[in-house]
Amino acid sequence: MLFFLLQKEFKQIFRNRTILAVVLVMPLIQLIVLPLAADYEVKNINLCIVDNDRSPEAQRLAQQLTASGYFRLTGYTASYRDAQALLEADRADVVLTIPPHFGRALVRDGQQTLSLAVNAINGVKAGLGAAYITTILQTYNNAIRVQWIQPGRFPAAPIVKVAPVYWYNPFLNYRVFMVPGILAVLVTMIGGFLSALNIVQEKEVGTIEQINVSPIKKHYFILGKLLPFWVLGNVVFTLGLLVARVVYGIVPMGSIPLLYGFVTLYLLAILGLGLLISTYCETQQQAMLITFFFMMIFILLGGLFTPLDSMPTWARAVAYASPVTHLIAVMRMIILKGSTAQDVLPAAAIVATFALILNVWAIVNYRKTS
Amino acid sequence: MAQPIIQADKLTKRFGDFVATDAITFDVARGEIFGFLGANGAGKTTAMRMLCGLSTPSSGHAQVAGFDVATHPEDVKQNIGYMSQKFSLYENLTVAENITFFGGIYGLRNPVLREKREQLLTRLGLHDVAGKHVGSLPLGWKQKLAFSVAILHDPKIVFLDEPTGGVDPFTRRQFWDLLYHAAAQGITVFVTTHYMDEAEYCNRVSIMVDGRLAALDTPRRLKELYGAASMDDVFYTLARGAQRGE
Amino acid sequence: MQQLALFIRKEFIHVLRDRRTLLILFGMPVMQILIFGFALSNEVKNARLVVVDHGRDVATTALIARLDASRYFEVDQVALSPKALEAAFRRGDVKVAVVFPARFYERWQHGQEATVQIIADASDPNTANTLTQYVSAIVYDHASEQRGVQAPPYGIRVETRMLYNPQLEGAPNYVPGVMALVLMLVCVMMTAVSIVREKETGTLEVLLVSPFRPVLVIVAKAVPYLLLSLVNVGSILMLSTWALGVPVQGNLFLLLAESVLFITTCLSLGIFISVQTSSQQVAMLISLMGMLLPTILFSGFMFPIENMPVPLQVISNLVPAKWYYIIVKSIMIKGLGFAAVWKETLILAGMTAGWLIISVKRFNIRLA
Repeated sequence: MLFFLLQKEFKQIFRNRTILAVVLVMPLIQLIVLPLAADYEVKNINLCIVDNDRSPEAQRLAQQLTASGYFRLTGYTASYRDAQALLEADRADVVLTIPPHFGRALVRDGQQTLSLAVNAINGVKAGLGAAYITTILQTYNNAIRVQWIQPGRFPAAPIVKVAPVYWYNPFLNYRVFMVPGILAVLVTMIGGFLSALNIVQEKEVGTIEQINVSPIKKHYFILGKLLPFWVLGNVVFTLGLLVARVVYGIVPMGSIPLLYGFVTLYLLAILGLGLLISTYCETQQQAMLITFFFMMIFILLGGLFTPLDSMPTWARAVAYASPVTHLIAVMRMIILKGSTAQDVLPAAAIVATFALILNVWAIVNYRKTS
Repeated sequence: MAQPIIQADKLTKRFGDFVATDAITFDVARGEIFGFLGANGAGKTTAMRMLCGLSTPSSGHAQVAGFDVATHPEDVKQNIGYMSQKFSLYENLTVAENITFFGGIYGLRNPVLREKREQLLTRLGLHDVAGKHVGSLPLGWKQKLAFSVAILHDPKIVFLDEPTGGVDPFTRRQFWDLLYHAAAQGITVFVTTHYMDEAEYCNRVSIMVDGRLAALDTPRRLKELYGAASMDDVFYTLARGAQRGE
Repeated sequence: MQQLALFIRKEFIHVLRDRRTLLILFGMPVMQILIFGFALSNEVKNARLVVVDHGRDVATTALIARLDASRYFEVDQVALSPKALEAAFRRGDVKVAVVFPARFYERWQHGQEATVQIIADASDPNTANTLTQYVSAIVYDHASEQRGVQAPPYGIRVETRMLYNPQLEGAPNYVPGVMALVLMLVCVMMTAVSIVREKETGTLEVLLVSPFRPVLVIVAKAVPYLLLSLVNVGSILMLSTWALGVPVQGNLFLLLAESVLFITTCLSLGIFISVQTSSQQVAMLISLMGMLLPTILFSGFMFPIENMPVPLQVISNLVPAKWYYIIVKSIMIKGLGFAAVWKETLILAGMTAGWLIISVKRFNIRLA
């Protein structure tokens, strides 16, 4: 019996050009465009320098800041009022003010203070921008000291050096981080939306009556709905992996069968969620809104953009209670770090539990008899 | 009379305060063409859905093909065919694919399934359009196809809910030929309709008014009973007293 | 006029009757504000840090104590073999490791190079970068303290002022973004889908043959969503003020007026989509993929536009939410007046007029 259900579902899906186009082309476009857009690396900070000094020292400082690659000089002026206008128009993110007689006073007083105004609406950018400036100033300061202090006047200071090593992503390439995460989201959206709309559509059209009056078993019906999307999900995932490889040169470090194994398990869970929503809804519009609502929460809390560690306890609890979180984490683990089956076992166990609960729930809630 | 194939005993369905079907009691014999009439909103569809195991009765009992509809709906479903008011084949599947699918979920297997499909296509003269999407067929063809699909698995009873809405008299006549053919093979036909000429074709007719069974007999006896010239007049006399409309 | 009121009433009944949809439409902004305001933050804290201490001397002990005292780290001091360390990284148990070499203090005091090695899990590059910065800062601080209190001459200090958002919180950035997103969702998607549904069921035809100007039929469909959106703007602003502590700095009425303008833009976009399409699913897909996604991408509140490749930056100008986001940020957070946002206002008004004119034209052609 299952065979006939599957045959029908496959034919219906693969015959619908619009849906197929959406399912196969959209993810590719998104996977190509999104990582380009979702570049969180903080760079290109708009810098405005208010130089009231115009001494060689001040100019050297300005030159070092722009040469760092983090900043884009959008204003070099002598009036703070101009800088303020740039700040308000969003044309400047940081304003560094160099006081009058900076160079001379530094020599005379042995100390000077610069003031830095940061547009902190975007907290992350502000924090890092300020940190970069401080670091560059320190380098600049050290260079000046080396130049001005006669050797021997001060004892050589003991040196401590810090040597960072960046594992898995030595050049701190943000796209390497985003691509597996976006792939996870795409698989989630395709699976969730299509399965949520499916049963509801049969309800709207009325064909579900004909199924309900047949002696078909409920779990066969749900299974028949589930498996085609499960195959489709794997196809989308495969396409995504290829795009990641061809466009971004990301080759999974870990075992590919393990990756597919996990995605397969995950698809069962997310499709179960979609089908469950579908059994509760009467119209496609409702199903879509409700799915959108859950997807939004899951994706935002899933650790795609922001680290899970920095969430408050309640939010972390919600995040862990969502299969999406685990998929995003495991995708990154296997693709970027080469994690093994043992490493992802806890996540797999949780996702499997979800798959079981959601699908059983969907079967129970799908009623052939009202 | 042998053991009736459908037995309804004070079958009732309530939706909140509203009593859609109010304690109806009747029997249908094996091989009968049973007409189930009533104005819109009289409770026909609700009663039929209960008999098909789609809806659980609020009270009362009904046995269909020897099984209780409340306790064994899935066994009932194994023995019946159903064609709903809303056309319910898959429009984006072809004629042949629909036949294969519905035959398949009723447990038919090749080669029987293939043979039945061929028979059906031949009988309806649909060989030429077997590969076409059902959505592209004219309504009359769709209805004949839907009926044939509903009896593909040789059910004991077939339930038809206003099967001939919206088609011309000639096509309706052809459709009824199919019903007679099925009845001749021993399939009990349970049909709701609004067309009184169709009511004349039935062996027995029941008329529902406001959720109750107002009359039940052969068309001839009903006409005698109400002193009417046609079923139209019988229906009019009964339905005039109805409290609820659409 | 009375007829219009009648039509609008009918639309209200439609919208208000579907409780489930309504609940989600009102619940969505509340959820988003809660998530953005309380759950999401880029600030890195409580990161698990492993110390591998080959030095085991005064300096390393002191440094470990300092790392432990920082709120950024949860220090786990276990003697891990390189292999075990790698496994811990692979499992994701550890985000950063600090390795002190043998004879650390000795090398340091004797002017030899004493190197603290930091290993960061850079599969999340921003977190890795931030954590490395934190560790470096702590190490350097300690080192300079040890050097003595006397600062060397020619020191340059920086006095930093964080404008608009001194605590560096996420909310001031997210609130305007959530407003743009929610309005876009309610107005574009719901309007488009509800008009197309009437097309599908054929009821639109019935309305169009009534002796009522066709354009007003469409206007009547848009009005309930306009009011619904205003309720959402209100609830977002209230939540923002009292729950997040991000009040409106500028003129509230200006903000509301700009919001009405943006809502009109979205409604006209929804109408535009509904005129072009004839099935609910297509309308949904276009609104969701074609409108919502670009809004999230290109409005600038989640993804920095200045980092995008130039073609994408150009495309971002076509997204109305981008301009609204700038307007809300200026009025609500920076407290600026109309003079600062007149350009953006003009762009939104232009877009609205454009879509409406095209829609009305197409609509009339369909009728003719």
